[in-house]
Amino acid sequence: MSVRRTLAVAARVLAQIRRDPRTLVLLVLVPCLLMALLWWMFHDQPGVDLFDRIAPALLAIFPFIVMFLVTSVTTLRERSGGTLERLLAMPLAKLDLLLGYALAFGLLAAIQAACAVGVSVGFLGLDVQGPVWLLAVVGVADAVLGTALGLFVSAFARTEFQAVQFMPALVVPQILLCGLLVPRDAMPDLLGRISDVLPLSYAVDAMNDIAGSSSTGDVWQNLAVVAGFAVACLALGAATLRRRTP
Amino acid sequence: MNNAVEAHGLEVTRGSREVLRGLDFTVPVGEVTGLLGPSGCGKSTLMRVLVGVQAKVTGTVQVFGQPAGSRALRSRIGYVTQAASVYDDLSITENLAFFARVLGVDRGEIDRCLEAVDLGGHADQVVRNLSGGQRSRVNLAVALLGKPDLLVLDEPTVGLDPVLRESLWVMFHRLADDGAAVLVSSHVMDEAERCDRLLLMRDGVFIADGTPAAIKQKAGVDDIEQAFLSIVRGAR
Repeated sequence: MSVRRTLAVAARVLAQIRRDPRTLVLLVLVPCLLMALLWWMFHDQPGVDLFDRIAPALLAIFPFIVMFLVTSVTTLRERSGGTLERLLAMPLAKLDLLLGYALAFGLLAAIQAACAVGVSVGFLGLDVQGPVWLLAVVGVADAVLGTALGLFVSAFARTEFQAVQFMPALVVPQILLCGLLVPRDAMPDLLGRISDVLPLSYAVDAMNDIAGSSSTGDVWQNLAVVAGFAVACLALGAATLRRRTP
Repeated sequence: MNNAVEAHGLEVTRGSREVLRGLDFTVPVGEVTGLLGPSGCGKSTLMRVLVGVQAKVTGTVQVFGQPAGSRALRSRIGYVTQAASVYDDLSITENLAFFARVLGVDRGEIDRCLEAVDLGGHADQVVRNLSGGQRSRVNLAVALLGKPDLLVLDEPTVGLDPVLRESLWVMFHRLADDGAAVLVSSHVMDEAERCDRLLLMRDGVFIADGTPAAIKQKAGVDDIEQAFLSIVRGAR
């Protein structure tokens, strides 16, 4: 592994995104617009403020989905375009490649999270008890998790079509079981236990902790679990990425 | 003579199919070796073996005295894949700068390699907007970064203008004269005459191995295409 090569990969991925302004705008703007849509939808509802209840979970879910998709498609493109084969014939450690990707998309996620959190708290009046910046930190960790999972599953996809199908297979169950629709402790026993081993649950818990309480102890614990999953996915990604292919 | 590559009993299977069936060959330093044969005969697979990205390889393949694919070899081999393995959404210079950083070679190399493939004037163009021929020259320029000791070039001249093709062959010979081993594949038999030595391949085996002149003489004909045909007919 080498820092120079990792940074080279990250800089290259960012240069590619910079050449594609439409993707960049979509990446930053769409989460903000969706948060606004959510706010508008709940605006005239009487009783408890549903926006305050649901928005933190969505701030965790967006970066995860988006980075998962972007990463799986980008790495598939690298594989089918032949550049992956060329890189693997060069003195590049597999982790250089994976960490380079994680770094680049983590940086994009930071911009995305800062905007989505800024809009939610600044314009839409999301009520946050804990530190607001921590929402963005969890968002970034969550995006890196999405990237790591995307890198890992792209090893099992031969085409872009297959890669995209991994989204409903691996991401949607996490959204269903993360506590957004039914609180995690109110789920059937078995589903609650499955929910306990899915990383997105911890990201949503962290977001809800920040929004609902000013003590940050639980947040850091949940954040550590998310980071742990991300590291594990990267390690698995390095283990499943084969230099020699049939 | 000094050999960059020495292979004995090289076999590769893909699925249930034997793609390479027991090859013995060498690639000498200081010469341009041509790997010629029809599409699908196993040329690309052989090249993938040499650069260490092919799975299910049996037999021994030594590159500069080390097993093919060894870590220490990765910075000594320049590899041109058949598909233009460069980033469409980056400029030519950005592509070369990226691979130069991965290889750890000096940025000055970028200009030298661009000049070598006659792309000096296009450096800031985005690869997506280039013609097929220009794109394959960018692909070749990346393989030249860092003056590798072994060049493995999979059909580097396909689809290029004859004038440019001529100049690339001159460059391959210059690289060989400077001490590199150059292995070039092609499915166009016309290019045979430009090689110092030929490996003629069909269905995963070599049907001839020698200088163009020796192969033609042995087959009793006066061009390589005829030699190929007469060897194949003779084998039936």
